[in-house]
Amino acid sequence: MEKPVIVEIEKTIDETDGIKTIFIKHSIEAKPGQFVMVWIPGLDEKPFAISYLEKEKFGITVAAVGEFSDNLSKMKEGDKVGLRGPYGTNYCLEGNNIVMVGGGYGAASLVLLAEQALDKNMNVKFILGARDKNKLLYIERIKKLVGEENLIITTDDGSMGAKGFVTDALKELLSKEKVDKVFSCGPDKMMKSVTELCTENNVKGEISMERWMKCGFGLCGHCCVDPIGIRVCKEGPVIDFELANKITELGSYHRVKSSRKESLEVKK
Amino acid sequence: MVNVETELCGIKLRNPTILASGIVGVSGAACMYAAKNGAGAIVPKSIGPVEREGHNNPVLTEFEGGFLNAVGLPNSGVDSSLEEIESAMKNSGVPVFPSIFGGTKEEYGEVAKKISVLNPQMIEVNLSCPNTANDFGTPFALDANEASEVIKIVKENTTAKISAKLGPNVPDIKAIAKAVVEAGADAISAINTMPGMVIDVKTAKPVLHNKQGGISGHALKPIAVNCVYEIYKAVNVPIIGIGGVSTGEDAAEMIMAGATAVGIGTGIYYRGIDVFSKVSYELQKLMDELGYDSIEKMKGAAHK
Repeated sequence: MEKPVIVEIEKTIDETDGIKTIFIKHSIEAKPGQFVMVWIPGLDEKPFAISYLEKEKFGITVAAVGEFSDNLSKMKEGDKVGLRGPYGTNYCLEGNNIVMVGGGYGAASLVLLAEQALDKNMNVKFILGARDKNKLLYIERIKKLVGEENLIITTDDGSMGAKGFVTDALKELLSKEKVDKVFSCGPDKMMKSVTELCTENNVKGEISMERWMKCGFGLCGHCCVDPIGIRVCKEGPVIDFELANKITELGSYHRVKSSRKESLEVKK
Repeated sequence: MVNVETELCGIKLRNPTILASGIVGVSGAACMYAAKNGAGAIVPKSIGPVEREGHNNPVLTEFEGGFLNAVGLPNSGVDSSLEEIESAMKNSGVPVFPSIFGGTKEEYGEVAKKISVLNPQMIEVNLSCPNTANDFGTPFALDANEASEVIKIVKENTTAKISAKLGPNVPDIKAIAKAVVEAGADAISAINTMPGMVIDVKTAKPVLHNKQGGISGHALKPIAVNCVYEIYKAVNVPIIGIGGVSTGEDAAEMIMAGATAVGIGTGIYYRGIDVFSKVSYELQKLMDELGYDSIEKMKGAAHK
């Protein structure tokens, strides 16, 4: 039934610089890349990637960037929210040598995927980037997972790791090593660059797109993308490079709540 | 196999399935996507005079017999919507009938005039959104005089055919249908969703942010079939039957009640985005089985 169930928050942990993970006491059958809709009754409901997944609980990572996420961030153990999902497509692991490319909050779904890849004994390299060191998520968790030598950090301002973008690090990696598949989640422009770079190098992979979602299950049409019209909530959010290459609005614009197009230049 | 082409106010449709307004058709690309999946015609999401954000989430929820929605008519406003409608008309390969709404009668005229620069073959006039009472008051479709005045104004502002979209929650839908046809409506789209509410008992809060919403899906079907049946008796214009259609048999019911074509919305949830191809194919098979060789011959069969 596509109706929120009321669930309880078990605990919250601080990740970094105003970013928290909220653990919800609820068992869900989800795969990395899928998302849930979280409802604060009377306020609003928004999509979140699953960043932690255990038997009887799961976590979503929340950055306080607006009224809804501010409210969600302030929630404590025992508070209740509504939950729907999981929805959408998931990442598909293939090959032995895989690379995660996560930018900013995009690392959330990839870190869960990395866990799964390591369970399958794959070789995982994780390129993690952000504007500055305070925005880098899950550093310790990723180090523990893939080993320090397989974590490559980039920051726009050089405050940690290499100064530059994740795509610079990916380019270097692709020139040196055999890579079977790349998985990427982060800002639109970054994923566009990753898609282009991998396509040029004949490396396959997937990105996880983000668009304004309303229903989450393919009826309202708000997340349909140009020019092919597929629904990010249903045919996405995880799409392969082949499909990503057909989406001309990727990295260029998105639609706001009314459906008006808005250039990504104004959205940071 | 029999031919399932149908003709609506002289407009030929390759099959009688139409993407119903409010579902999926947010952009030109979204409309094209539904057409690619078999729709015989497209009615995009309703367009109003100015940009509207619509309601907060949840805008859609499910209950035992169907769905409840209150999206709240989000749209970017007629001026910037023109390029989306134009793209839908250019790329869908099937007829596209823009849907319009206004807060006042005059606004309907204004939107109709602006949309008409694209020369659509037909415009659907949404007189009956049940979810915007806080902004716009009672829907025009609930009153025969109000509804016919809107149709008259739209008529003055366009040369396109006009279909009036009516709501089910009226004491006598025949009277409303007669009034809009006398005012110049060339077709009737019946029906919009039926007002309803779903409450979450743990929080004692209505699930939809707008509290009230419109019922669609399975529960709406018998209500819609009845309305189409009544309207068919009352007026002599084509009817687009909308409400709970998700199979070929549902479409046949609607056509036997008097519909010339059928709208599909929530059926996308039940059957997937290719519900249009599926319904057309199933309808074709059913018509073969029942011995109807055209939609025209099946139309209104339940009245005989």
